[in-house]
Amino acid sequence: MKFLKFLFVGIFFGIILVKSEAVSWYRIFEMFKFQSFHMYGIIGTAVFLGVLFVAALKRFKVKSIEGEELKFIPKDKSVSRYILGGTIFGLGWALAGACPGPMYVLVGTGVFSMFIVIAAALLGTFVYGLLRSKLPH
Amino acid sequence: MESILQPWPWYVAGPLIATVMLLLMYFGKTFGMSSNLRTLCTIGGAGKFSDFFNFDWKAQRWNLVVVLGAVIGGFIATQFLSDGSTMALSTDTIADLSALGFNDAGETLLPPEIYSWENVLTLKGMSILIIGGFLVGFGTRYAGGCSSGHAITGLSNLQLPSLIAVIGFFIGGLIMTHFILPLIF
Repeated sequence: MKFLKFLFVGIFFGIILVKSEAVSWYRIFEMFKFQSFHMYGIIGTAVFLGVLFVAALKRFKVKSIEGEELKFIPKDKSVSRYILGGTIFGLGWALAGACPGPMYVLVGTGVFSMFIVIAAALLGTFVYGLLRSKLPH
Repeated sequence: MESILQPWPWYVAGPLIATVMLLLMYFGKTFGMSSNLRTLCTIGGAGKFSDFFNFDWKAQRWNLVVVLGAVIGGFIATQFLSDGSTMALSTDTIADLSALGFNDAGETLLPPEIYSWENVLTLKGMSILIIGGFLVGFGTRYAGGCSSGHAITGLSNLQLPSLIAVIGFFIGGLIMTHFILPLIF
């Protein structure tokens, strides 16, 4: 039963991404063309509210549902891995039009060719694991 | 009910996505979808080839359940919560896409020019999906996160690395959209 709440969050997430069209290749194209405010509005309001949420969780020392301290893990300090990795990710995002959440959501909408993108993404992650020690981080 | 069936505006979707992040934090977890790719590699036995995949994947099962939910959510949204209306893409976008050979932009969530089986089962079509997916999987792990882990969770926690990663996302996305897609299509 402890997993049920995660199932519901996932369902909620999938519905939001479809209904807002954030899973659409067209919307990603439009965003990178700066031709609509839609995606910027979604990300902007999510981050604006997210900053307030995180600040409130910290300020009021909110405990998790299981009564534990919330973990806010800081990201490792670096520039190269974020710029290089981010750029590689961005190239793929704009080509396939799907990032690691929407690719699953889109399978649910009935686009089964998305399984090829998921398989290729798994391969990409695997190859990163193999090359990790040789890449600048 | 009618407004649920129509496309949701950004000012509804954005706060709801922030709520997803808040819920996962309250459940003692973090919002980041790309971690699942590493988890799935580990389950598939990738630990035999790289220590990067030797970790306790069972602690990540909750995130795979989120993935399962996301698939179900995608199904529910298209089957029961959609009125089939066309996307309200900008007219400039539709014109630019038409010039690239993409017709009926916004009639479906994804362009049939890329995702229909007819096009997927060509060398060009298959290459687009494989290269696109590979770059997403490689890049997201290299950058340590994706649109959810960096752009939403990281920025909400005021992480400078996440801002750098998002700048990277845009460098790559702009290069692809403005320079490479016109070469491909």
